[in-house]
Amino acid sequence: MTEKAASSMFVNIGERTNVTGSAKFKNLILNNDFEAALDVARQQVENGAQIIDINMDEAMLDSEAAMTRFLNLVASEPDISRVPIMIDSSKWSVIEAGLKCVQGKPIVNSISLKEGKGPFLEQAKKLKRYGAAVVVMAFDEGGQAETADRKVEICTRSYKVLTEEIGFPPEDIIFDPNVFAVATGIEEHNSYALEFIEATRRIKETLPYCHISGGVSNISFSFRGNELLREAMHSVFLYHAIKAGMDMGIVNAGQLAVYADIPDDLRERVEDVMLNRREDATDRLLEVADQYRGDGKKRVVDLSWREKSINERLTHALVNGIADFIDEDTEAARVNADRPLSVIEGPLMDGMNVVGDLFGEGKMFLPQVVKSARVMKKAVAHLIPFIEKEKAENPDADSGSKGKIVLATVKGDVHDIGKNIVGVVLQCNNFDIVDLGVMVPCEKILETAKNENADIIGLSGLITPSLEEMVYVASEMKRQDYNVPLLIGGATTSKVHTAVKIAPQYDNGVIYVTDASRAVGVASKLLSKTKRAPFVAGVHKDYAAVREAHERGQKDKKRFPLASARANLFKIDWTSYEPPIPSEYGITVFEEYDLAELTSRIDWTPFFTTWELKGKYPGILSDRVVGETAKSLHNDALAMLQRVIGEQWLKANAVVGLWPANSVGDDIELYEDAKRKNVISTLHTLRQQMTRKDNSRANFALADFLAPKTSGLQDTIGAFVVTTGLCIEEHVKAFEDDHDDYSSIMLKAVADRLAEAFAERLHERTRKDIWGYVPNEDLDNEALVSESYQGIRPAPGYPACPDHTEKGLIWDLLKAEQNTGVSLTESFAMWPASSVSGLYFSHPESRYFGVGKIEKDQVQDYAQRKGMDLKTVERWLAPNLNYTPAH
Amino acid sequence: MTTDRKTRLEQLSDAISARILVLDGAMGTMVQSYKLDEAGYRGERFKDWGRDIKGNNDILCLSQPDILLEIHKAYLAAGADILETNTFSSTTIAQADYGMEALAKEMNIESARIARQASAEAEAETPGRTCFVAGALGPTNRTASISPDVNDPGKRNTSFDELRVSYHEAIEGLIEGGVDLILVETIFDTLNAKAALFAVEDVFEQVGERLPIMISGTITDQSGRTLSGQTAEAFWNSVRHVDPFTVGLNCALGAEQLRPYVAELARLSDTNLCAYPNAGLPNEFGEYDQTPEEMGELIGEWAKDGLVNVVGGCCGTTPDHIHAIAEAIANKAPRPIPEVERKLRLSGLEPFALAS
Repeated sequence: MTEKAASSMFVNIGERTNVTGSAKFKNLILNNDFEAALDVARQQVENGAQIIDINMDEAMLDSEAAMTRFLNLVASEPDISRVPIMIDSSKWSVIEAGLKCVQGKPIVNSISLKEGKGPFLEQAKKLKRYGAAVVVMAFDEGGQAETADRKVEICTRSYKVLTEEIGFPPEDIIFDPNVFAVATGIEEHNSYALEFIEATRRIKETLPYCHISGGVSNISFSFRGNELLREAMHSVFLYHAIKAGMDMGIVNAGQLAVYADIPDDLRERVEDVMLNRREDATDRLLEVADQYRGDGKKRVVDLSWREKSINERLTHALVNGIADFIDEDTEAARVNADRPLSVIEGPLMDGMNVVGDLFGEGKMFLPQVVKSARVMKKAVAHLIPFIEKEKAENPDADSGSKGKIVLATVKGDVHDIGKNIVGVVLQCNNFDIVDLGVMVPCEKILETAKNENADIIGLSGLITPSLEEMVYVASEMKRQDYNVPLLIGGATTSKVHTAVKIAPQYDNGVIYVTDASRAVGVASKLLSKTKRAPFVAGVHKDYAAVREAHERGQKDKKRFPLASARANLFKIDWTSYEPPIPSEYGITVFEEYDLAELTSRIDWTPFFTTWELKGKYPGILSDRVVGETAKSLHNDALAMLQRVIGEQWLKANAVVGLWPANSVGDDIELYEDAKRKNVISTLHTLRQQMTRKDNSRANFALADFLAPKTSGLQDTIGAFVVTTGLCIEEHVKAFEDDHDDYSSIMLKAVADRLAEAFAERLHERTRKDIWGYVPNEDLDNEALVSESYQGIRPAPGYPACPDHTEKGLIWDLLKAEQNTGVSLTESFAMWPASSVSGLYFSHPESRYFGVGKIEKDQVQDYAQRKGMDLKTVERWLAPNLNYTPAH
Repeated sequence: MTTDRKTRLEQLSDAISARILVLDGAMGTMVQSYKLDEAGYRGERFKDWGRDIKGNNDILCLSQPDILLEIHKAYLAAGADILETNTFSSTTIAQADYGMEALAKEMNIESARIARQASAEAEAETPGRTCFVAGALGPTNRTASISPDVNDPGKRNTSFDELRVSYHEAIEGLIEGGVDLILVETIFDTLNAKAALFAVEDVFEQVGERLPIMISGTITDQSGRTLSGQTAEAFWNSVRHVDPFTVGLNCALGAEQLRPYVAELARLSDTNLCAYPNAGLPNEFGEYDQTPEEMGELIGEWAKDGLVNVVGGCCGTTPDHIHAIAEAIANKAPRPIPEVERKLRLSGLEPFALAS
């Protein structure tokens, strides 16, 4: 149960997995995209739904089959199926189909006396036998109840026959006294909200143990399209209904206005409507409706908050991320305080607690929190000289920190945006952070943790070899008898990997942290005397289950032997194909490329993901929940981009190479020149080994996309490296010195986007010009982003060629370090981080794929082809092994 | 039969409030000690059966009824109050492996009859003693909530209805053969158990009589969850609607490892608690080597701490274990049934509760 729900005892039932209520979900189900439909369910649970309502009532659907299939799939997703299901249908057959698929105790929504007592009791008896709770609608032979009297009458009769005639447990009865739309212009509707609230109060008073639920969004139906107003209406309605005893509701939990935040004038008008307090209530609400449209919000710089008390001003500045007055306000607070530290522990932490609460409740989003952190850091920076002065005078004064956490991106890895965000969020919550930066060797992490007397160690990494390094750090912690907990995070890390590979190495707590928003909760629990042991024990248990499930899953993962996989290679008809030959082979270098040319090619969607905002650009800018935040974040990014380009902060270099090449088995031979005599390098590709029924799909390897040497065809391969991260360090440092993490993270995130845009632009120029195999290509940016062009540019370390060490060969071929300034770490991460590299294949049928798990026969073969020993190859390919290597 | 079922159930109700009852121990372990070969399993009746049936312990009620009777009597002599029928796999679904689906109902009738006969003999030997027979329903070898195919998580190799029909027939047989209670046991997939319980209620309605129901889940390992992923409390919320005579846990773990989950259910459930663990964890040869004394001591602790109302043994236990357990719990008070607040209690993999 989320804290918010626990405090109000109101249960949120997720409403998005309902084909009658969500057009998106309906389309996914109609298009048979059950994978994406599961994501909808997962998001609801992640957003705090404590029960999920599932409804498949759609004329175009075989609703029973859809209900069965979806619930069976949900059963296989522990992060969804941990919560109870509400099986929602107006058809009894669909309800029964659903009941036969859930092992937990569900709720059925709904039955009623509509067809009379006989069928009602027959269904209820069945539900008792299936072991389900039930929603009973206030509906009988005479129709749906509109007045409080009728609602109470029908619910009372239902309750009596259920409990007295078939012994249905009263605590398993949930009444839905019908939420109907108000403010429709029809006078009889004016009292609908009040009737519901009144009925709720009376039912709760007279019928012991039962519950009250309802579909909240019905109430505001007449204001469809005006989401802000609707949210206010829902919030006011719930405020009164919950007070009367409503304890569950089908709502979109992420989209409720805070009752107290609704402007007074609006709240009064909405309340007039809900409580039917005046005859002209609807008209008065309509009068102001337009002012509160989502896009009609007026933005004027409002400085009225400057009139408030110092503490209120500090809170306002923190919540709204305004740094303009923070120094003067902090100074004012300091002058009034007994010690400088009291300002941090008092008003500043109070303000950050408000931020933390709003973030925890989903009312603030990550970028806003990072902005708050910037304000906090500036305030703290202002106080530090005073604190140090005090310390010099009184060395025993306490520092007020909740605990110390050492953070590091592990050896061989250079990616740190996620880690920095986690650090900022933790700092906001008064944790003391020692950030060791990137490429940090194990010894340094452990030594620092010891010297600093750290309470927690946190490791981050983005590339797959970092996973192995984390396993190593964990094993060293065990060997050296550490007892602090270890946090694991970063893009390629996962709960499964943590549970299966890292956690068994170290006994004193290894915890996977999904994202920055979870870090505070985890760290707080780990540093709490009372909560740490049960929390770690809970994680232990959870991971044991994950390991077991993983092992079960492994048993059945049959793979093709390498020979069979090779026999089922992707067959291209080479006889009728003429490979495009570039006018010139060799290397082309680009120095200080014009960044302005790249801005229009930026794919913004991953940028928002970096900031933990989910949604596709540009739709995300008008999203109901995160739209405002996304817009403001995007504006900040554009402003940053302008500075980067205008003031020439970043240098962009690139190199492209083209060589005559052919495939030889799963290898690719590159030749010195068109004579194809001297092999100058051999690239190695890995082949999929998943079993394919009747070879219906090929077992792909990248080598399949190049003409085989035996064909006699003159094929070509390309390789490239681009970077936009040169010179970034000095600017990052300047921001950090100014305590401005928001801008430092923003700069890195923007540089990453520029690098991707550069890779995209360079690929385009290669297709049209350098290699010139599609000279007349004419695609807009959207088509470019969706990769609808001919040919691919797979990158080593990504699914189609998971072996990072192949980058070494590319670097040699391109003299990449010399030509671009990009170097490789011992884990083959690129430095600077805002860089992209890869290979070019031109064949129209070449495509991206994932190699997936491979068997030992291939790994042995691959090791031999690469001239490496088996153990080394197994270490690099650890995430792809379908077996446990012998060590 | 010395007494009718109605009288015995009244005696059961008196006994359970007065003392801790003892359930018997493993059947498979005892059958193994007879070292039956293929011919032994076949007996006279199945000597020409078209498939190998060695290992089909449930068929012994038809091919070697005397062995079964002897084992039951050994458990009664050791101090068991409740015998389990030898019907763990006597469903059409589980017997399909041997091509013996058509015999499933007969197996339930005969196994129940043999257990009743053993009870009647023990009761005749000791006047005043009442022995009870619980008709066992195992989980079958299929699961309704877990996919058999990793590539298709939505796939199932059985369904609620298929299980319900198969269980229905088995329950009819058990009641016809004379059982006093129904025991749904070794539940690793709660959906299978819900199908069994649905069938139990159907049969009760059909025969116009209700028998006490015992429900026993299996926590697969120290993750504290069933194989299908539920916590102990979530499991309890899923099955409490049949108002069972006992709820509890068996199999997979030894008494030591099972204790925390027994304690959890003891705290949560407002009915009798029944637990019958394995004789420890299997050693590297897959054998159970916890001694009767060790096991008796652990279960004696449970009793001392007021955790249980019925105890017994699962895999690896023998009449000696049951004897040690019976001694260990003698004169210890049964667990008082706690008052549990009336709440809307639901579950997914995890429990959910909402007070009014």
